[in-house]
Amino acid sequence: MIRARAIEKRFGRGPVLRDVSFDVERGGTLVVTGPNGSGKTTLMRIVAGLVAPSRGNLEVGVDRSKLGFLSHEPLVYRELTAVENLDLFGRLYRVPERRERIGMLLERFGLWEVRNERVSTYSRGMTQRLALCRTLLHESELLVLDEPFSALDEAGAALLDRELEELVGKRTLVLTTHDPARVERYTTSKLALA
Amino acid sequence: MSYVSDVTALASKDLKVELRARDTLPAMLLFVLSTLVVFRFALPSDTQDDAAYGLLWVAIVFTALLGLSRAWVPEQEHGVLDALVLAPCDRSAIWLGKTLATLLFLLAAQVVALPAFALFFAPLDATAIAGVLLADIGICVVGSLLAAMAAASRARELLLPLLVLPLSIPLVIGGVGAAVSADGERFLLFLALYDAVFAVLSWASFEYVVTE
Amino acid sequence: MGLAVLLALIVAPEDADQGISQRIFYIHVPIALTAYFCFGLGALKALLLLWRGDERYDLESYVAIHQGTIFGSLTLVTGALWAKASWGVWWTWDSNQLVLFLVLFLFYCAYFMLRFSLPEGARRARSSAVYALFGVVLIPVSFLAIRLAEDFIHPTVFTREGPQMSGSMFLTFVVSWSAVTLLAYVLYRVELTGKRIDRDLRELREVLS
Repeated sequence: MIRARAIEKRFGRGPVLRDVSFDVERGGTLVVTGPNGSGKTTLMRIVAGLVAPSRGNLEVGVDRSKLGFLSHEPLVYRELTAVENLDLFGRLYRVPERRERIGMLLERFGLWEVRNERVSTYSRGMTQRLALCRTLLHESELLVLDEPFSALDEAGAALLDRELEELVGKRTLVLTTHDPARVERYTTSKLALA
Repeated sequence: MSYVSDVTALASKDLKVELRARDTLPAMLLFVLSTLVVFRFALPSDTQDDAAYGLLWVAIVFTALLGLSRAWVPEQEHGVLDALVLAPCDRSAIWLGKTLATLLFLLAAQVVALPAFALFFAPLDATAIAGVLLADIGICVVGSLLAAMAAASRARELLLPLLVLPLSIPLVIGGVGAAVSADGERFLLFLALYDAVFAVLSWASFEYVVTE
Repeated sequence: MGLAVLLALIVAPEDADQGISQRIFYIHVPIALTAYFCFGLGALKALLLLWRGDERYDLESYVAIHQGTIFGSLTLVTGALWAKASWGVWWTWDSNQLVLFLVLFLFYCAYFMLRFSLPEGARRARSSAVYALFGVVLIPVSFLAIRLAEDFIHPTVFTREGPQMSGSMFLTFVVSWSAVTLLAYVLYRVELTGKRIDRDLRELREVLS
């Protein structure tokens, strides 16, 4: 599914990533760890295709309609409601039976009650839940998740655990985390950035 | 067909955001009116109409710049542009949606500005109004692309006018010509040509500005 | 190279039987043509960058536009001298050529502003390239606009049909044109090499540290 060879990324001066290589097979789960500033977010953006590596070779075996990306930013409009945000992305991704799918996700992530409130009124944790809904809205083959557990409370994290366990094996997963123990059960390969 | 529905989804989202936040349009309206009033006192009282038309164009260009500088702000908050770039729609649809929304705001501002100009200064005929419309299209077409470039830069609001103004000189020439020349149609034709050329260029190159 | 420039400078006055104002023609026009050529080259390299995605075109496009801007500024200066010599004013809006160069000067200054305020990388290369392409389209569009503007700004235009160039004048013109083009080419290579060495040194320093 993913084949990365000697990836290097530099912004202006020094390199952020240096000589990163890994493989992820279809249905596998790659967990990326590393201290702050080790380039985890940059690597996720490279895998998602938002940033081009300065050097090296990267092959990702899906086109962007089959990619779900959770960024460190929520990637939703502040001035729109949860429903309006998901409806826009549902239209762009041509999600079949959009309304039902959006309703189901909002319910599952505990946002149904606030579905018609603007995102700007949400707490960090609620915004992260909505960001997860957006990522899982369309049928994807590869999920790239940058710190999916950040800002979630215990209940939210437990929800995400359940959600991920359901997806494991069916989809290829690449995620970064500060808590590798949490995802240990379904990790198939690890990458530690320095 | 799906291209059209993507564009409408994106443009109507911008209208929805504006209706909620009311950040841009009221500012544009107030700006264009205040500018006209300032011009009233900047002009000597015996000035001819022709000079006033020139000032109308200064007001139009700067109002458009004001709108354009706000154009990508909703996408910059929470990094939404990344999500749009990753969506499977054609990237040029993002540009077209933004261009249409910005154009709509500019037209709304002019629904107030043009009658105010006619009231304060000089009458506008059909050719002059057609010139304004065509120049609006041109400045939004070019400006929404350049605003996306400027949004990625350190200078942002400062950079946008510098990028847009040299490109708007032909539009001002066309617009003023349409208002004051006896042979206004020639200028309308020129403006239409400008719009077509730069629309194609922006449409084709937007993808490169937002991807790597 | 220096010889060619000198030759053009020495030969030119011999043919200048139109008075002193004619002399600058041999410098002004080749410089203007070279500036256009540099802008065109910059846009071509920009197109290649977008098409092929090879990053070396970014530097080449930038250097070509840099040269174009230098020669464009020289066009403005020599144009002002020419205007002073023949019409007694430093600036005239009657000369379409000069007005066009003023517009282009503003445009390409904005190009540098754009470049310097974007973080170095693929995004900057692409945005600069798109803007460079806008520039090369802006040249004919502005030219047309400025021609049209004569209609309402100055109904009666200067008629500058100019005398036919004699053989030796034409020769001088060609010699000085080639000299200026050669000069631009040498400057282009020098700057490009300098920028490349600069970049390689920086990378080397990083590897060593």
